[in-house]
Amino acid sequence: MARITYIEHNGAGHVVDVPAGKSVMQGAVDNNIPGIDADCGGECACATCHVYVDAAWLDRIGLPAAGSQEASMLSFAAVTQPDSRLSCQIAVTDAMDGLIVRMPEGQH
Amino acid sequence: MSQDSRQIVIAGAGHAGGSAAALLRQFGWTGGITLIGEEPIPPYQRPPLSKAWLKGEATAESLALRPAKFYPDASIELRLETKVTGIDRTARTVTLSDGGTLAYHILILATGARARKLPLDGADLDGVLELRSAADADRLKAALHPGAKLAVIGGGYIGLEAAASARALGAEATIIERESRVLARVACPILSGFFQDFHRARGVTIEVDASVTALEGSRGRIAGVRLGDGRLVPCDAVLVGVGAVANDELAREAGLTCHNGVAVDLSARTEDPAIFAIGDCTSRPLPLYDRTGRLESVPNALEQAKQAASAICGKPAPVPEVPWFWSDQYDLRLQIAGMPFDASQIVVRGDVAAAKFALFHLTADGTVQAVEAVNAAPEFMGGRRIVAKRKQLTRARIEDMSVSMQELAG
Repeated sequence: MARITYIEHNGAGHVVDVPAGKSVMQGAVDNNIPGIDADCGGECACATCHVYVDAAWLDRIGLPAAGSQEASMLSFAAVTQPDSRLSCQIAVTDAMDGLIVRMPEGQH
Repeated sequence: MSQDSRQIVIAGAGHAGGSAAALLRQFGWTGGITLIGEEPIPPYQRPPLSKAWLKGEATAESLALRPAKFYPDASIELRLETKVTGIDRTARTVTLSDGGTLAYHILILATGARARKLPLDGADLDGVLELRSAADADRLKAALHPGAKLAVIGGGYIGLEAAASARALGAEATIIERESRVLARVACPILSGFFQDFHRARGVTIEVDASVTALEGSRGRIAGVRLGDGRLVPCDAVLVGVGAVANDELAREAGLTCHNGVAVDLSARTEDPAIFAIGDCTSRPLPLYDRTGRLESVPNALEQAKQAASAICGKPAPVPEVPWFWSDQYDLRLQIAGMPFDASQIVVRGDVAAAKFALFHLTADGTVQAVEAVNAAPEFMGGRRIVAKRKQLTRARIEDMSVSMQELAG
């Protein structure tokens, strides 16, 4: 279980507990948090679960870098940044307790 | 929430209906929401049914669109194993299969589509299967074990994905296709040829130009598929995957215009301002292509759920999306952006033999209408952008792999 903070583009924050093993995307969908569309349901096929991962966390949790499919999809997502990830590809671990992710303005 | 007595009734608890209910809450709807579904389980994702679910790589929990507790938490009344059987547009009520009646301020039809049946002798034999629901998938899964023989009637996406899953489980698979190539209705000949070769190389038998005259069995159970040329394809189970039919009868009987699906506008609204329709059951505008059509896809279900929820909650209409589709078979990922309605030329980018390529469909003036990408995510993502912009490209530039997709899409 990890407590994750999702911050919408308009600044609205949502703090939820996500069980280990689920994806960061699923944590948002399960809790009906706006801003993550996840059209393909977590297949890394659509790039509509794009988030920015709080930079301090990238190092601390040793999050594996984006795979080639994820990187390819991300390179065409709207408004990407160096800390862009597809949240369906981040499997939650207990070590992610306190993780903060921010949502882009839109997913399409 | 208690002060708002307005009621939204959603007929159909599939991907479209389930998503609409959730989006209405996201967008601030404070009235009641009743979500009515025929199946015994809450809304779930259908795409994995022919893939991960068949192969035992998904759980019921991972299929669920949202956890069961989401519905009571969000004050969404979920009525399962129930069907809307009639609409009284004047009284604004629906009748239910359990004999009840519900009043609505807004009705959303999300009744989906059903598998087309084959009007053949033997279609009622045990082991004659279709694949739309989780229950269908469980029946198919039970039939797929090492050495089992699966016959698939119809070389569409469902048939190809099921054949790939069957092979992964050690079963034998024969695809029987009426047309001269698989995916004849939905893909170009190059893509059809590629998929045929790929499946055959993995042990799938593909019969094209093959009509089916009967399903034969003994003691009430399927034993084989009789072809028009007299041959029998022996099998332990047969999957019928010959397309889907819109469940638009409810709308038809209520006097709403239907042309292969319930006619809706870009807000997913029918001609009755109190009734919306979303997902597989609709005939919708395709603004990029200046025509209307019925799309069977999850992205379409989600887009229309968003359109309806936005209109109902007074939010700005979402920007129309490029229709897109995906299919996973073996280690292939097919992603399609757009639809090649008026395309007259196909340009290949990449290497078909290496199973890493994209097919660009261009109209006579070079406008890219669709991109079919196999294991080529940048081509798909860039293609989606190019199609959205109705961008014109030359054959030479598309073929030139030294020109990046970023450049092509820019």
